[in-house]
Amino acid sequence: MGETARTVRASHPFLRYAGRRVITSILLVIGVTLVTFILTNLVPGDPVAASLGQRAAEDPAIVAHFRAEYGLDKPLVVQYFTYLGNLLHGNLGISTTTHDAVAADLAQALPATLEIAIGAIVLSVVIGVVLGTVAAYRRGKVSDHVLRVVSLAGLSVPTFWLALALYYFLYFKLHIAPGSGRLSSDFNTPHTITGLYTIDALLAGQLDTFFDALSHLFLPVLVLTLYTVGLLTRFVRTAVLEILDQDYVRAARAKGLPTRTVVWSYVLRGASIPVLTVVGLAFGSLLSGTVLVESIFSWPGIGSYAYQAASHLDLPGVMGVGLLIGVMYLLVNLIVDLLYGILDPRVRLA
Amino acid sequence: MTRPLLTKDELEPTRLRWRRPRLRLGRWSSPLGITGAAVAVLWIIVAIIAPVIEPHDPLAQNLAILQAPGHGTLMGTDELGRDVFSRVLSGAGVTIPLALLLVVMSVLIGAVLGAIAGFFGRWVDELIMRITDLVMAFPTVILAMVIAAALGASLLNAVLAALIVSWPSYARLTRGLVLALRQSNYVVSGQLLGFSPLKSLWRDIAPNIVGPILVLASLDIGTAILLLSGLSFLGLGAKPPTAEWGSMVSDAIQNFDSWWLGLFPGLAILTIVVAFNFVGDALRDALDPKSNTLRGGGLTL
Repeated sequence: MGETARTVRASHPFLRYAGRRVITSILLVIGVTLVTFILTNLVPGDPVAASLGQRAAEDPAIVAHFRAEYGLDKPLVVQYFTYLGNLLHGNLGISTTTHDAVAADLAQALPATLEIAIGAIVLSVVIGVVLGTVAAYRRGKVSDHVLRVVSLAGLSVPTFWLALALYYFLYFKLHIAPGSGRLSSDFNTPHTITGLYTIDALLAGQLDTFFDALSHLFLPVLVLTLYTVGLLTRFVRTAVLEILDQDYVRAARAKGLPTRTVVWSYVLRGASIPVLTVVGLAFGSLLSGTVLVESIFSWPGIGSYAYQAASHLDLPGVMGVGLLIGVMYLLVNLIVDLLYGILDPRVRLA
Repeated sequence: MTRPLLTKDELEPTRLRWRRPRLRLGRWSSPLGITGAAVAVLWIIVAIIAPVIEPHDPLAQNLAILQAPGHGTLMGTDELGRDVFSRVLSGAGVTIPLALLLVVMSVLIGAVLGAIAGFFGRWVDELIMRITDLVMAFPTVILAMVIAAALGASLLNAVLAALIVSWPSYARLTRGLVLALRQSNYVVSGQLLGFSPLKSLWRDIAPNIVGPILVLASLDIGTAILLLSGLSFLGLGAKPPTAEWGSMVSDAIQNFDSWWLGLFPGLAILTIVVAFNFVGDALRDALDPKSNTLRGGGLTL
């Protein structure tokens, strides 16, 4: 033990920092499972009656057998470890709406969600950084005020309503956007490699399928992007304003460097660290957004699954989604923290 | 965090005592803030007098179903022939009081726990902060959804779920502010005079930290409305006959051609949330220009 401690201490400061962050994340993942476990056991309804039906539940022998079989007669701590063991074996229970294993359902739905989430996060980071930088540079001018109003409005729109409105106008009325789902009905699903239809279609060399899948991505990605752009623009603006105040930026401007060089090599480099934090946050709001909008586009991802499970009070389904999204969110924030450590030496030396 | 949580002159602020806020219109005259405040006040009035001004009973069913706006109704009728305009008005009375209650409760719980954590430190601090870590390990809507599903679908359970996910941002903000003030000269001298912890917190610390907390709270009202209507949209809030904006939008999906079913409740949510966000934004500029309250959490729906 002492020897390992010494090797860790002697190792590179970044590794030490990374190790600390990984351990914190693992502890939080355990915390997340604790939350879902407690919530599952909080259900007012009796799981025995729910699973056995009324007649069998009246027979004490059957009930006792059932409780013993599922470990319901054990203390809660033992039940928690059983639950944890099940999770580690990929067993998230059986959904009461689809009657399939929740883990299998989620595995099938995840690529669809990843496809829109990746699209939306990339697009909103690009747009948010550009708009935020413009707003900071034009502080107090008309364009700054316009951007402030637009981003505040973006933060205030109920995403589920925006999705419905855009779907109605762009698809139903104007026929600009394609209909619901991931592909039009006259296309076949490309051979599954990554589960992302656009990439699979490209890998299979089916260009027409690729463009169809891409066009179906348009509306869901647009809705999620509009929401996160508001958050990012405001944050980037604050971060850039702070950097613009720094002496080294003033020096760069004073010595007559072109604005483009100042922005790219001085301002955005300095602002990249606070912006990274908010990308992690934005990813969380994006995942929440998928739960609220996917069902409107009949997009077969975990968001639609969550909507369906929630509206049927399908507890294993809801908990599965909560667990999956919680872990994904922690993972993204861990990556953000690690990037932090790479970008900013002060973080890892602290 | 690269930037220190508080700058040097924030660490040693001039001591504030409780006093009546002076009205300095110069700082307050943000056109956006005033517009927002006007719209918000209008909605609050609507929420109070909705039962009086509704042209029809919001729950009364009628044979004239799915009527487009016009023909004697301002916003048409829904799939059970209920008057959409009356339901939108009635929805204000459902969502707005609950959202305000939610924010007040989160501020109280979060500020008290945060102050305890910051003031007493040690294991109390550790415990409270680890709980906030746990809550913040989830995206807000997701955790609220999971809790609301476990508690069972009802509006009150939705508020409870929203409360559980929203107090930690206040706890963290308050703790940070208290930590920064705890060692300042006037707090220490108060303690040397024999102030009890409670007196010290209330007399010396509280007046100096209400500003940022109020700003976060005002920015959170909009988030609270979005969260509550989102939960209702998922079927985890208001039960069917209740006129609630989120569930009205959710019902509109079934009758896609009837655009008026979803448009108006959605516009209601949008206008009131924009209004409160404008107010919060103006308040931040006026009360708390330096800090970046956004970072504390809150707006991460």
